[in-house]
Amino acid sequence: MKPFDYVRASDAAEAHDTAGRIIAGGTNLIDLMKHQIETPSKLVDVTRLDMHEIAPSDDGLRIGALVSNSDLAAHDTVRRDYPVLSRALLSGATGQLRNKATTGGNLMQRTRCPYFYDTAQPCNKRQPGSGCPAMAGVNRILAVLGTSDQCIATHPSDMAVAMRALDARIEVARAGGGTETLPMDDFYVLPGDDPSVETVMQPGDLITAVHLPSAPTGHQTYRKVRDRSSYAFALVSVAAVVDTDGGKITEAALAFGGLAPRPWRDTDVEQVLLGETPSDALFDKAADVLLADAKGHGGNDFKIPLVRRTLKAVLADLTGVTR
Amino acid sequence: MTEHLKMDQVQPRLLDETEQGALHAPMPRPEGPLKVTGTATYAAEWKLDGMAEGFMVRAGITKGRFKVDASSVEDMPGFLGVYTDRMVRNSAQGTAGTNPVQPGDQVQYLGQPIAVAVADTFEQARDIALALKVEYTPDDDAHVVMDDSATYEDDDDALDQGDLDAAMADAAFSVDGMWTTKPHNSAAMEPHATLAQWDGDKLTVRSSLQMLNYNKHEIADSLGIDVKNVRVLSPYVGGGFGSKLGMSPECVAAAVAAKALGRPVRVVLHRNHVFETIVLRTETRQRVRLSCDAEGKLTGIGHENWQANLPDEGMAEPVDLATHLLYGGENRRYGQHVAMLNRPASGSVRAPGEAVGMLALENAMDELAEKVGIDPIELRVKNIPDRHPENGTPFSSHGLKACLEDGAERFGWSQRQAPKARREGEWYIGMGVASAARLNLLMESRARVTLNPDGTALVQTDMTDIGTGTYAILGQIAAEMLGIPAEKVTVELGDSDLPEGPGSGGSWGAASAGSAVFLGAKGIRKKLAERLGCGADELRLQDGVATGGNNRRPLAELMDGPISEEGHLEPGQTDDDFTQSGFGAHFAEVAVNAVTGEVRVRRMLAAMAAGRILNPKTAQSQVWGGQIWGIGTALTEGIEHDPRTGHVVNNDLAEYHVPVNLDVGDLDVMFIDERDDQANPMQVKGIGELGLSGAGAAITNAIYNACGVRVRDYPATPDRIFPHLD
Ligand SMILES: Cc1cc2nc3c(=O)[nH]c(=O)nc-3n(C[C@H](O)[C@H](O)[C@H](O)COP(=O)(O)OP(=O)(O)OC[C@H]3O[C@@H](n4cnc5c(N)ncnc54)[C@H](O)[C@@H]3O)c2cc1C
Ligand code: SF4
Repeated sequence: MKPFDYVRASDAAEAHDTAGRIIAGGTNLIDLMKHQIETPSKLVDVTRLDMHEIAPSDDGLRIGALVSNSDLAAHDTVRRDYPVLSRALLSGATGQLRNKATTGGNLMQRTRCPYFYDTAQPCNKRQPGSGCPAMAGVNRILAVLGTSDQCIATHPSDMAVAMRALDARIEVARAGGGTETLPMDDFYVLPGDDPSVETVMQPGDLITAVHLPSAPTGHQTYRKVRDRSSYAFALVSVAAVVDTDGGKITEAALAFGGLAPRPWRDTDVEQVLLGETPSDALFDKAADVLLADAKGHGGNDFKIPLVRRTLKAVLADLTGVTR
Repeated sequence: MTEHLKMDQVQPRLLDETEQGALHAPMPRPEGPLKVTGTATYAAEWKLDGMAEGFMVRAGITKGRFKVDASSVEDMPGFLGVYTDRMVRNSAQGTAGTNPVQPGDQVQYLGQPIAVAVADTFEQARDIALALKVEYTPDDDAHVVMDDSATYEDDDDALDQGDLDAAMADAAFSVDGMWTTKPHNSAAMEPHATLAQWDGDKLTVRSSLQMLNYNKHEIADSLGIDVKNVRVLSPYVGGGFGSKLGMSPECVAAAVAAKALGRPVRVVLHRNHVFETIVLRTETRQRVRLSCDAEGKLTGIGHENWQANLPDEGMAEPVDLATHLLYGGENRRYGQHVAMLNRPASGSVRAPGEAVGMLALENAMDELAEKVGIDPIELRVKNIPDRHPENGTPFSSHGLKACLEDGAERFGWSQRQAPKARREGEWYIGMGVASAARLNLLMESRARVTLNPDGTALVQTDMTDIGTGTYAILGQIAAEMLGIPAEKVTVELGDSDLPEGPGSGGSWGAASAGSAVFLGAKGIRKKLAERLGCGADELRLQDGVATGGNNRRPLAELMDGPISEEGHLEPGQTDDDFTQSGFGAHFAEVAVNAVTGEVRVRRMLAAMAAGRILNPKTAQSQVWGGQIWGIGTALTEGIEHDPRTGHVVNNDLAEYHVPVNLDVGDLDVMFIDERDDQANPMQVKGIGELGLSGAGAAITNAIYNACGVRVRDYPATPDRIFPHLD
């Protein structure tokens, strides 16, 4: 680990330190610092700031950036109105990690691409322009959607996938002043030419909260497929909110994990479903739209048929189609 | 005085006569409370005055030469030195007793330890290690994939008995298939660590090692010093599973740095280093052929394997070990081909041979049973040979039939249905069975036993306890033989200055070290009998009172001071005259998800025949461990090597998936009552690795029974199953 300065921010102004790096639970950042994948010269500990609350807001729920993954999963309102989020959180990491991990840190956690973690290897995300060994290497856990020829890393979060399905917005206090509340697709940036840029966050910016709109109608679920029953990142995951009325699908919000550099949502998929009678063939059509541009790299090819199967099973469950 | 026994003939079953009741009892491990309260001092936890910290530097290329530029880091905070002298390429092979390859300025795999950076603090040392400038001259002839173009060392003496091709051609039923397994890491919880301290010419190494009797030689040889000057201390080992059989690279690095600096140096391997520099289990490709007649009687067995290692390791995974003795059939062919690759070295990982070889053999048996149309248990029982099918020696004891049949009864095997017949919601449910076999080994061992007049005793040997229960059972054996409660016995292990035991490995610890303790105590019994004036076979000892002839005296009256005896055991003729093996049967019930191919192990049963069970609690723990390893082997564990550089891609415990609690269903263990008279004077056999042999195959056989998918490529992750489901 490189030597670094440590300050504990006592107010928001101190947190907006453009020379510093925010640390919350530390469960991701400290690992990255030990490996010197990240080498901040200054850490700004924001854990004493007043961002620990989960509170009703005008139209839904406001989740403070420091709410731990455990507390969020166990919160009564979340369990009642947003069970997809609770389930997603509980499917992630381990009890110990979830106790430390925060809402803001979870959104900002970095990829689990193994080449990114090994500083003896090139990596466009770590060292732009050095190359991407994962593409022709071991890429079993990497992305099939939203990638570029520079990087095929996935965003590893489960929580963020559920939030994406719930149309969450991320509240960012800018270092230069002012607060923005961004939809997730505006918050996360696809790799394109420079995979080192993952979000629109600038030095000194602070995530202060996540907003959930009012509870959606219909059934919710989070289904995560993984290599072992716990303590493994998603191979693929599906967060779904689906409602039916009179035998037709009236509501469909679907987000996917393990597939892409950000929690993946494609509203065209939902359009296929809306107003239609649920059926196996319809679900296949939705999967066709989702996967139209999917591209495997050998080791991760299996994700394409796997997410199709998983999506269809989730839709069947939520619409009551017998399989 | 020494009580010596060469195991040339059957010994009386003394432990069935003794009356203390210390043995055969489910005694908890006496060191357990120390471990769970953090008061057992592991290698990395020692602190010495003036201690400096080292961090290993790993090679960043696959093959070539390197040169470090220490001046690039000497101004960094805390810098004390960077050392490359005598660096070893990888950990020593089990029972090597000599130095591992010391390649000088040559790099032979990516991740090889090439230097150690030493500083005042651990963080500084790591920073220096990562910042160190290393100049590489890469070679372009590295080979990292086990393909046709690799150079293979073939085993030219492999057995070819009868005519397997003809047997296959004439067979009523046959199986001919290829299986693959990925490399495995031992993944012991405690990473390797060493604290080295010099006092003049004398070196003390506090480390985490399994076989001090060999390790002291490996360390001395690597450093070019006299073994008399080396003392190794390893009182607690946080799991070994083969990874600590041989001296690890940081032993030498710490000693070299400590010598140069004139102060103690501690080097703890990072988990990434453990994955790279400690021997792993090779990947394997295996071809298994089985042929049988119309009734299912085997006529032929073939088991050939391809595997990989670095050059000059002198070790190959004995993939076909159990295949030689498990089933009959006149026509038999084996073959072993080791690819020489620029990848981390291969060596012993729990149950070398059976852990992977039994997957292929026992899957093939399951496939054959289906073809013949008989129950897989019936097929196995039908083919149990009367004698070793290749060398003709009799078996010392043979519990396979009992394990299969009694196990089937207990497991509810009769409930098993046809593939895909049982479904609960999204889950297919199925059952599988596999045999277990593990060659039984006995090693030369010594132990000193001292009985005090106050009825306490001391057992001393350089044997280690790697979490298996050695402290417990050695104390129990001494207590039983000396007629005192087990709590009265202190067991001292893990100090190379103590009498040489066998080391922990090969499942021979309880039998070998235990027999040495047994003999030492037997020597004491002789003395007590003399003093009591009775024959040794008349002597009875219980709760500190000796009875014999017409006398009955408390120990305190018989003894005017401590009596100390060394037990010395050597393997002998019974080893040559008999085939000795533990046997068992594994049963598994699994659920396979019809959508995703995810597999959950609902329950397992291991029925084990391993001679006398000294302590049912520690023995059961060993078998649980084996069953859980079976789950990992079948479903989750596999090292991925980069196809271009050969490096270990998943070199940590986040991405190398050992089973977690939720992966482990209900585990049941039963022991078949057995005494193996040819094995040793205690009639015990090894159990630690038997519990793993075949366990994974029972799971994959259950997967087939559940969902109709045959797994031949391990591990059976979801992507290897769902494509074959509807
Ligand atoms: C072994 C392991 C397994 C895991 N498995 C899973 C899993 O299965 N599913 C899953 O979803 N996650 C998993 N995780 C990841 C875990 O969820 C994240 O590490 C955690 O959520 C990060 O939160 P933190 O508060 O500890 O972040 P930190 O490590 O403190 O910070 C992470 C990043 O976020 C930034 N940051 C933190 N707070 C703010 C803020 N308020 N504003 C701006 N920037 C901020 C930091 O600067 C840093 O860049 C796993 C982690 C580990 C170590
Ligand atoms: S996929 Fe992205 S993170 Fe992984 S090696 Fe390539 S560039 Fe780096």
